[in-house]
Amino acid sequence: MQRSFLQRFSIVGLYLWGFRISVLLIVLWGSFGTFQAGCPSVFTLCAFKSRYSADVWLDLLVYGLSQGSVYALIALGYTMVYGILRMINFAHGDVFMAGAYTAYYLAAAFGRAGFLNRHPLLSLAAVLALAMITAMSIALVLERVAYRPLRRAPRLIPLISAIGASFFIEYAFRGFFGSGFQAYPEWQVFKGEWAIAGVGILRTQAVVIVAAVALMVVLYGFVMRTKTGTAMRAVSEDLEVASLMGIDVDRVIVITFAIGGAAAGAAGVLYALVFKQVHFFMGFFPGIKAFTAAVLGGIGNIPGAMLGGVFLGIFESMGPILILEGLRVPGIYPTGIPAPYQLKDVIAFTMLVMVLIFRPSGILGERLATKKA
Amino acid sequence: MRSDRGSWGRVISGGLIFGAAAVFVSLVGMVEALGVRVIVIGVIDFGRLLLLLIGLGAGYQAARRGGGGVLTALLRGLLAGAATGAGLAALLVLGSVVNLRGMFINASPALFEIISFGRGAAGVPLVVAAGAVVGVLGAAATLLPGTVRGPLGAGVTATIVIGLFQELLQIILQGEEGVRAAIRQLIFVPEGLPPRGALEVFVVVLVASALWRSRRPVVRSWISKRPPRTQRLLRLLGLLLAVAVVLVLPAAGGLFISQVLVLVGLYTLMGLGLNLEVGFAGLLDLGFVAFFAIGAYTVGLLTSTGQYGVAHWSFWAAVPVALVVSLIAGFLFGLPILRIRGDYLAIATLGFGEIIRLLALSDALRPWFGGSQGILAVPKPNIGGFEFSGPMQIFYITLVSSAFIAFVAARLRDSRLGRAWMAMREDEDVAEAMGINLINVKLLAYGIGGAFAGMGGAIFAALLGSIFPHSFNLLISINVLALIIVGGMGSLPGVVVGSLFLVGLPELLREFSDFRFLVYGAALIIMMQVKPAGLWPAAAVRRELLKEEPVGAVTEGPVAERAEA
Repeated sequence: MQRSFLQRFSIVGLYLWGFRISVLLIVLWGSFGTFQAGCPSVFTLCAFKSRYSADVWLDLLVYGLSQGSVYALIALGYTMVYGILRMINFAHGDVFMAGAYTAYYLAAAFGRAGFLNRHPLLSLAAVLALAMITAMSIALVLERVAYRPLRRAPRLIPLISAIGASFFIEYAFRGFFGSGFQAYPEWQVFKGEWAIAGVGILRTQAVVIVAAVALMVVLYGFVMRTKTGTAMRAVSEDLEVASLMGIDVDRVIVITFAIGGAAAGAAGVLYALVFKQVHFFMGFFPGIKAFTAAVLGGIGNIPGAMLGGVFLGIFESMGPILILEGLRVPGIYPTGIPAPYQLKDVIAFTMLVMVLIFRPSGILGERLATKKA
Repeated sequence: MRSDRGSWGRVISGGLIFGAAAVFVSLVGMVEALGVRVIVIGVIDFGRLLLLLIGLGAGYQAARRGGGGVLTALLRGLLAGAATGAGLAALLVLGSVVNLRGMFINASPALFEIISFGRGAAGVPLVVAAGAVVGVLGAAATLLPGTVRGPLGAGVTATIVIGLFQELLQIILQGEEGVRAAIRQLIFVPEGLPPRGALEVFVVVLVASALWRSRRPVVRSWISKRPPRTQRLLRLLGLLLAVAVVLVLPAAGGLFISQVLVLVGLYTLMGLGLNLEVGFAGLLDLGFVAFFAIGAYTVGLLTSTGQYGVAHWSFWAAVPVALVVSLIAGFLFGLPILRIRGDYLAIATLGFGEIIRLLALSDALRPWFGGSQGILAVPKPNIGGFEFSGPMQIFYITLVSSAFIAFVAARLRDSRLGRAWMAMREDEDVAEAMGINLINVKLLAYGIGGAFAGMGGAIFAALLGSIFPHSFNLLISINVLALIIVGGMGSLPGVVVGSLFLVGLPELLREFSDFRFLVYGAALIIMMQVKPAGLWPAAAVRRELLKEEPVGAVTEGPVAERAEA
């Protein structure tokens, strides 16, 4: 559609530019403020000498990486389902919770029996496997009950069904297991730090990153190398043509949900390793953030989802200190925004909204740019 | 007997699904928690009723599916009911072997007592047999002719409703003498509804319903034969009667009822606003609570006599400002997301709503909005010395404003703007091609919808006398969304029906409130498949559903879109 000069510079356009520029200014001002905090002159940057040393930034980076790799695992499910069905599986975050929560009971039983510390890797594998199986079965039931009957309905209908499913799963778990937090047992081996290349890295975070990367490699290999994976990509490319080529679309959809669910279940255990607790509502925010990651990387695009997840994780872990703490406003915030970590989620949600507004096709995606996305 | 094995297999597996449902409601805690509410003394409580209904449902659906004679249908019901019972029996056996309570907090001895009729694991055959009997009853219901089933159903439903709300009815019917006391003494004993009272209610409603069924055509034809003026008069009379009942409700029902009614009113206000966005304009908004919060905070800041109050205005002066502020917030909120469509829009609005809540909660904005401790000391509204001090008085404010806003919404719906919204809901591109300015129309939807919710927020602030950011979480948005979907998207009476069912009922049945979102979730899934138009569909939707599918109807969804692309 050809847009006239006037239309392009409409009030809406101006407003959007104002929005962009003000966010950019806040980010620049904030980071500048952080980097030159404690410096002798306003015109020098001395971040590594000031309040936060290089070690702190590195810790934040590793933390962001581990968080981001969990987001990336969840985002895989969003992105694959969206690629094929063009629907947001709003309940995906709760599939993630379901995996973590169910596996908690196995982990707790292992902990009581002392198995956890006798065979750490074996027990971790068993816990992961249980989480993946549970999450996978819940994702499959979800697909069968809440989504399959609505496959030809208008777009908002399956989304509303998914929102319903999300709350149903959450409150079913609340009814089953109670509304409190359950403390995830800890593996003794994963306590403390490992020195990698002269830098101390928290062991849990290293385990999370390694496990997530391994799972992603396996999944990526599955989608790129196997026949089923090829079928999945074909259906995502063009559902009708794929079915004309003899691909069983129903089967592919089921497999997609299964894989997405399994990845989310594994992500749930890894998330619980870092935060050491499970709760029936724990899936909601990671779910939304993983969706952000999926959109960020270009929805429907698997490497994009991984990239988006890692990017979001790092941005979220560094953002509060980088941007908000340096945001000194004379007269109101002379020492920067108080308690910047409270606004961690605001940063993530702002990013979500901005990606949806300004680049709904994501970093790596171009397919959906003009379609009804 | 000739019948293919597949169909009997389906009966059993159908019964097992119902059995799984029975196990689910037991483990999720509903049976035990709702068991507190006795319906008929010594006969049944709400928890057992739930299990009973599941068994009846199993028999009903098994008998309805597939042909065959009376005996076949009953046998299907028997099998399905037994399968349902078997599900519960399996839970019983499992519970007696393993300690389920280490995992499922609700797998308590009390629950097993309820399921097994107090016999423990020895009750297994009894549970299966009871399931079979209930299944047969459910199947028998399908065989009754409509003239019998209708009144019977009405009688049972009335008995259950009166039993469920006996506490409330007793409060309404309190007093020592007079008609109210007489009715109360006839039906109730102080502890609740005794079997005798239940039987009386059942018989009276049964007879009344049967009479009405046979007389209905006569009454209808009598009315239609009157001259139009009399008909109009009758209709007006009915309306006046309804208004009178609503007006005296808080006085008759007392504080608790008034509180519930105010909540229903507030949710109706919000529902009307969201209905405008989702139902009329097709813009799914999951951050709707933000407008509610903006309305509440505006009134709070302008009127509060506490620390954060800035103006000490009166409620009446603050409300118009709150409306304007939430209107402007709607515009500002709508501007950046104009270009986003469909499901992305839902997520973007969710993000906005959460950002508003997190900002209100944060320490960064604490000097102005009070952070997590909120704004206290919001004064009650008053007119010339009369103070709207509690829910019983504030009810009238909600009532008047809901009525006014419903009127505005109805006029908007039928206006040029309303039609533009609906055109946009059906297809944005076509609407734009028809000359509708999408930008203006969308912004007005957000603005006006936001203002409606802002009105609700304003009253909410006055009702509570304080504002906490925790009150404005996502669950409220979901609650409002659920109520307009259950009521019927785009339908104004649907909003009222939806808030009565989804806000009023759970408040009245307090034991139920823990399972509120569980039921909402299930309701959203089921409604989308069974009745996407809602309980009280909008007139346009109803016309569409009654009509035959037009030739070459556009199938929406992924496949159709892919085909276009």
